Amino acid sequence: MSKPRKQIHLAAHFPGVNNTTVWSDPKAGSHIEFSSFAHFARTAERAKFDFLFLAEGLRLREQGGKIYDLDVVGRPDTFTVLAALAAVTDHLGLTGTINSTFNEPYEVARQFASLDHLSGGRAAWNVVTSWDAFTGENFRRGGFLPQDERYSRAKEFLATTTELFDSWQGDEILADQATGTFLRDAKAGAFVHEGRHFDIHGRFNVPRGPQGRPVIFQAGDSEEGREFAASSADAIFSRYAQLETGQAFYTDVKSRLAKYGRRSDDLLILPAATFVLGDTDAEAAEIAKDVRRRQVSGATALKHLEFVWNRDLSAYDPEGPLPDVDPLVSEEHISRGRAQVRMYRDPVAVAREWRELAQANNWSIRDLVIETGNRQNFVGTPQTVADTIDDYVQADASDGFILVPHITPTGLDEFADKVVPLLQEKGVFRTEYEGTTLRDHLGLAHPDAKAAERAAS
Amino acid sequence: MSSSPVSPLHLAVALDGTGWHPASWREPVARPRELFTAGYWADLVAEAERGLLDFVTIEDGLGPQSSHFLDPDDRTDQVRGRLDAVLVASRVAPLTRHIGLVPTAVVTHSEPFHLSKAIATLDYVSTGRAGLRVQISARPTDAAHFGRRTIARIDDHHSPVVTDLFDEAADYVEVVRRLWDSWEDDAEIRDVATGRFIDRDKLHYIDFEGRHFSVKGPSITPRPPQGQPLVTALAHATVPYRLVARAADVGHVTPHDADQARAIVAEIRAEQEAAGRAAEPLHVFGDLVVFLDDDPAEAAARRDRLDTLAGEAYTSDARIFTGTPAQLADLLQEWGEAGLTGFRLRPAVAGHDLPALTRGLVPELQRRGAFRRSYEADTLRGLLGLTRPANRYAAA
Repeated sequence: MSKPRKQIHLAAHFPGVNNTTVWSDPKAGSHIEFSSFAHFARTAERAKFDFLFLAEGLRLREQGGKIYDLDVVGRPDTFTVLAALAAVTDHLGLTGTINSTFNEPYEVARQFASLDHLSGGRAAWNVVTSWDAFTGENFRRGGFLPQDERYSRAKEFLATTTELFDSWQGDEILADQATGTFLRDAKAGAFVHEGRHFDIHGRFNVPRGPQGRPVIFQAGDSEEGREFAASSADAIFSRYAQLETGQAFYTDVKSRLAKYGRRSDDLLILPAATFVLGDTDAEAAEIAKDVRRRQVSGATALKHLEFVWNRDLSAYDPEGPLPDVDPLVSEEHISRGRAQVRMYRDPVAVAREWRELAQANNWSIRDLVIETGNRQNFVGTPQTVADTIDDYVQADASDGFILVPHITPTGLDEFADKVVPLLQEKGVFRTEYEGTTLRDHLGLAHPDAKAAERAAS
Repeated sequence: MSSSPVSPLHLAVALDGTGWHPASWREPVARPRELFTAGYWADLVAEAERGLLDFVTIEDGLGPQSSHFLDPDDRTDQVRGRLDAVLVASRVAPLTRHIGLVPTAVVTHSEPFHLSKAIATLDYVSTGRAGLRVQISARPTDAAHFGRRTIARIDDHHSPVVTDLFDEAADYVEVVRRLWDSWEDDAEIRDVATGRFIDRDKLHYIDFEGRHFSVKGPSITPRPPQGQPLVTALAHATVPYRLVARAADVGHVTPHDADQARAIVAEIRAEQEAAGRAAEPLHVFGDLVVFLDDDPAEAAARRDRLDTLAGEAYTSDARIFTGTPAQLADLLQEWGEAGLTGFRLRPAVAGHDLPALTRGLVPELQRRGAFRRSYEADTLRGLLGLTRPANRYAAA
């Protein structure tokens, strides 16, 4: 007997600060005006997507000591824009990336509990960690966190916020006007947390939200990150949107759940994925090629190479061969505030490999960056794209995808209009929202504070 | 912007739970079970906008409400719990068009970098109607919620601890304002020829170094539509008056009669002069708790009834007014002549006294030619007659 077809989860990532966003396109609009966010969110909701996703960066990136100026720069505050989006949507989940290093549990718990109330149960938190003193210069505590403690702090941060969410059980507010009893329990919100990173106690002042606590996302890919997700997250925002690597990641992470007493369905794997649509597969491939060239200008290609070479390459011709000098290995990095920098653990080896690759294919610097850079995941007609997405999900490469359009804010429109109906016809994607909360959309249980309390007693 | 005169008298309303009287939640109009829903707040702000008010403030705090100034209580007969005020303001912003939205934020335990971008974003989502009411917290229990610092127990408002918290608040506002200016208005250039999205020479490190914290900048959020959203602060004594004079666009003060109003305004103007800001517009708004009814006896009886329910007479830092819209209009005009440029009214019962303000007081003031008949500007600064400030970092 064949197993029932998995239902696909779909979400949309508001394109932000990265070189996949083609801001130079005449169709590209504002990345900061609220009307852009509203259009994007309404499109996602029209398409019955599970949620909208926002990334975050708390310091503007720099290259060679100067603010990086080639990509989109500037974004709104996550909580504030999500609260406003709750006013222009009714069902769409609202997922915000919030750093556990440069925030405090009491405040973040208040903000997420408030967002959950104000959105009727649609809040989700992508927990990210950081350690760098560079970003820390914008905050009171500065860059205080040793790198090896970032997951330790993140885990304790998440545990602490959970204690705060659970400090209200959800039925304390009687608001009985006749008897004059507002609170059933005078101690509602009482908490004590004594730990290595946080030693706090008192009274949490936001009652339990509709979802009990927000849906928890995790985005790191290290061994520690995978364990953190398996033990504590509801969903993973991964970067493996290809079939084989996706399946390997999926199998690995889902196999870690049992030791935490969790079922396979308790953690969703949702990779970020890009798409390009055309009337024919060949046309889509042409458009995709054009998009890649617009994502990587000559100037962008040189800057990208500088991440690896860690030296000023502005004298090189981006349409010419790769530099024959080796990368500079040092504690100081030419590029700061960029996630990619950490991906190149052995830059000298990467440079050697790239030089060989470029020589073998007769690639210029720009060609090399285009060919090795951002992968385009789904390219083809709407039918091809719908079939591929479905195939990947049915083959357990993921439980769905977080789509990252390259145009803001209309880049999702065509997908909503053309691909979603095909997925619905296949019976693998909802035609109507079945529930009201994000946990409902994702098929996740609503945490029960009372059950947690009973288990603890 | 058009040159039509702004309203001669400005009106704001302070929203807090079901109203400022602790028994307000027991009134039939109070909707206490809906306090934690968006619909409740959207309805209140829509009512305030219906009355053409300049702005609403939304109270907040980093611990539960309490009948004691410094410590929590264990009462179950009053409203406890509240939503984050910045998020409430942002949630209602797309549902309104004209009214200013001024959430309260406690600056003692929060990060100026986070708050700066939050208020800038509120300005974007409201297209130019954001403000920020800064508040300090001297409560040791609030500090224990963060565990980063301890705050010594104060004996009175003149404690050096309080002075220090206000100095820190002034630094905080300075950081927030510098971050708002850290992008010049035309920093986003989208120059396809050179491939540059921004002109980085128009982004600025703020390099703030103070006694309590340092912040590098620039903001991650571009300069908001108003350039500088409105900053307000509530003040009851010289030290907080100094914060108002140094750092605010609107000060909320609590005189109990016209003479006190005159004295407070004089003190703030003197502090303003001392701070070198004499030429800058600074509004001083009087705060009043209001019980409004068409019959003055009815308003007084309502206050008595709520006091009985609460088990004690309601007291406040602000003057408590009971009476008719016409009587309140008389008082506001008298205090206006004493130098106050506007008022922040605290409805004793939000469901009753807010509509009484918008449907009773406002028409009365309009009849007297003392209040606007339609919104005359698109931004909160515009409503208050404040211009859009030049960016401190932009080359002249």
